[in-house]
Formats: sequence, structure tokens, C-alpha cells
Amino acid sequence: MIDEFDLSPIQLDALREIGNVGAGNSATALSQIINKRIDMNVPNVALVPIEDVPELVGGPDTVVVGVFLRVYGKAPGNILFLLPQKSAFYLVDTLMGREHGTTTKLDPMDVSALKEIGNILSGAYLNAFFNFTHISMLPSIPSLAMDMAGAILNVVLVQLGVMGDHAMVIETKFLAEDDGINGHFFLVPDPGSLGTLIKAVGVE
Amino acid sequence: MADLIKVGMADYKVGRSPSTLISYGLGSCIGVSLYDPQRKIGGLLHIMLPDSTQARASDNPAKFADTGIPLMINDVIALGASRSRLVAKIAGGAQMFAFANATDIMRVGLRNAETCKQILKRNGIRVIAEDTGGNYGRTVSIDLNTGAYKVKTIDRGEKMI
Repeated sequence: MIDEFDLSPIQLDALREIGNVGAGNSATALSQIINKRIDMNVPNVALVPIEDVPELVGGPDTVVVGVFLRVYGKAPGNILFLLPQKSAFYLVDTLMGREHGTTTKLDPMDVSALKEIGNILSGAYLNAFFNFTHISMLPSIPSLAMDMAGAILNVVLVQLGVMGDHAMVIETKFLAEDDGINGHFFLVPDPGSLGTLIKAVGVE
Repeated sequence: MADLIKVGMADYKVGRSPSTLISYGLGSCIGVSLYDPQRKIGGLLHIMLPDSTQARASDNPAKFADTGIPLMINDVIALGASRSRLVAKIAGGAQMFAFANATDIMRVGLRNAETCKQILKRNGIRVIAEDTGGNYGRTVSIDLNTGAYKVKTIDRGEKMI
């Protein structure tokens, strides 16, 4: 098994490129849904101490909306799409054709819409992954929670925590052209999956 | 001005009055507090997982209930607390996302809570208050002047236990 904590620069580059293609697909999908340009940054592929992960999204008690999907297949893992509360409200207002600032609380329809967004983004992401690696991965039904970032990130971190004190996260930031939406897309491979992915792109 | 001491994930801190120990954003994690009401000394531990036996290559005992709790007990005693007077309060252990076929790891919150109580009992420490379960996050803090354990949530207000 490849030592996940000792990746060479070229392996990190490969992971970044996979993340880039995946996130590019997702950003395009999101852009088409809301009819706005979506910018994204080059994915951040990093090995971070588990306790620092909540800082990536503004600290453990920041209120965020998280759409969580489990990824099944040869390289299992977790996908988490995190939106600050304000962005989530803005996004549902856009989706529902309401004036921005209308939503102050998510009703069941809003929740369903956000889950669907998570579903579409994950599908687009994993599709790109497949083109790249020929490893087929399927997302589960999405689940949504609106709560403290620390509490939501717990879900993925706990699974990694069993294995070590660091988390390998492939993280991309999305930003809509009018600054209304800024989201974080996390792909967190299960321990062991990283090796499979790296092997698949041939940079062992 | 009383100190506010932050306790990160998989970490613990001990201290004395008038400090307050706080840990933000617990999901399935548990915040275990210990307190000696007479000496006003206590600690707060933020564990992620119930036991360290399934884990490998971990150098951080504060991540697990079975290794973290005894460590914290030793530290509060070293600070001057008496084991017989120590009382514990626990909060956290939520299941943040609902899935029809939740795997064991999804239900880790429940196991965390149970294991914490077992370990505390094994160490002869009474659990006098508990706020566990549910599907929401909590921020917990213990005021070492009074021993009050505050549990703060986003939609469900805050309470003292």
C-alpha cells in the first residue's frame, strides 16, 4: 500500500489534476443550473491535521449547510459539499426564482433542492474522475444538515480518525460571479483509496 | 477577566477557577468534563472515537475515550483535585446525517456516549449530567468557578446541565 502521508510532488500534482477536472465539471454543472458564471480555485490537495480541518471553512462553530454523500466503488470515500448559511439561502432563492434575501430558514422543498444540487455536483465530479482513472464510483443518496461546521465535518473526520491523525482532503472553493455563493467541495478518500487512485493515473 | 481556554478536537485541557474551558462544534464527538467542586479544578476532553484498540499508528491518546479519560483524570488530580470528589458531565454524541442503512461508523455518536460512561464508571467517577444523542451539533463549555456545563446549539438554544 502506498504511504498516504509520504506522497511525492508528482503524485500530489496528479491528485490535484484529478480534483481539478472533477471540480471543473461540477462548477460547470452548477453554473448551468443557476445561470451564473462560477469561478473555482485550483484544488487544494493537502494533508492536514484532523483538528485543523474545520478551520478551512471558517472555524468549528460557523453555521454551514452540508450535503453529505458516501462514495461507493473501488476507491470509496466521502463527499461533502459545504456552504456557509448565507450562500445556501442565496442558492435556494436563485433555484426557486425568489428574490435574494427571501429565505431565512430552509423548508423541506429547499432542503430537497440543495440535496439535489449536491447530487448533481457529485455526479459531475465523479464522472470526471471516471474519465481520468477508469475507476467507477457511485454516490449514495445525499443527506443534508445545517449546523456547526465542526459537527458536520466530524462525520468524515471520524472515519479517518480511526486510521491516523491526518486527513487527506481534496478541496475546491466555488465562487459565483456576483459573490452570492461561495462553497467548498471536499472529496475525502477513505484510507487506502488514495493508493488506488494514484495507481490508476499511473504515477506510482 | 476569566480565561477562556479552547479545547480542540482530539484534545483536552485542565485548569482551575476562574477559567472556562470550551470546545466548539461537537457532532458525534463527546465533550467529557470533570470537576472537583471543592477545589474548583476541572478538565474538558473532546474525544472522537470510543476505543483505541481498533486504531493503528495513533500517537494521540486524547482522540479516544478509553485512553483520553484516564489521562485527563491523572492531570486534574495532579493539579490538586481529589478523585473521590470528581464528578463528570458529558455532552455530544449526535448523528449528524440520517441514512437508511447507517453503518456502524455513522452511529459512532451513540457508541462514544456509552463508552465514555463505562470508562468513567470503571474509574470510579460519577456521571451527574448528560446531554447526548440527537442530530445536531453542540458547543460545550465548563465554568470552573461553578462547575456549570453549558451546552449551546444552533436551533435549540442553550442549556446548563
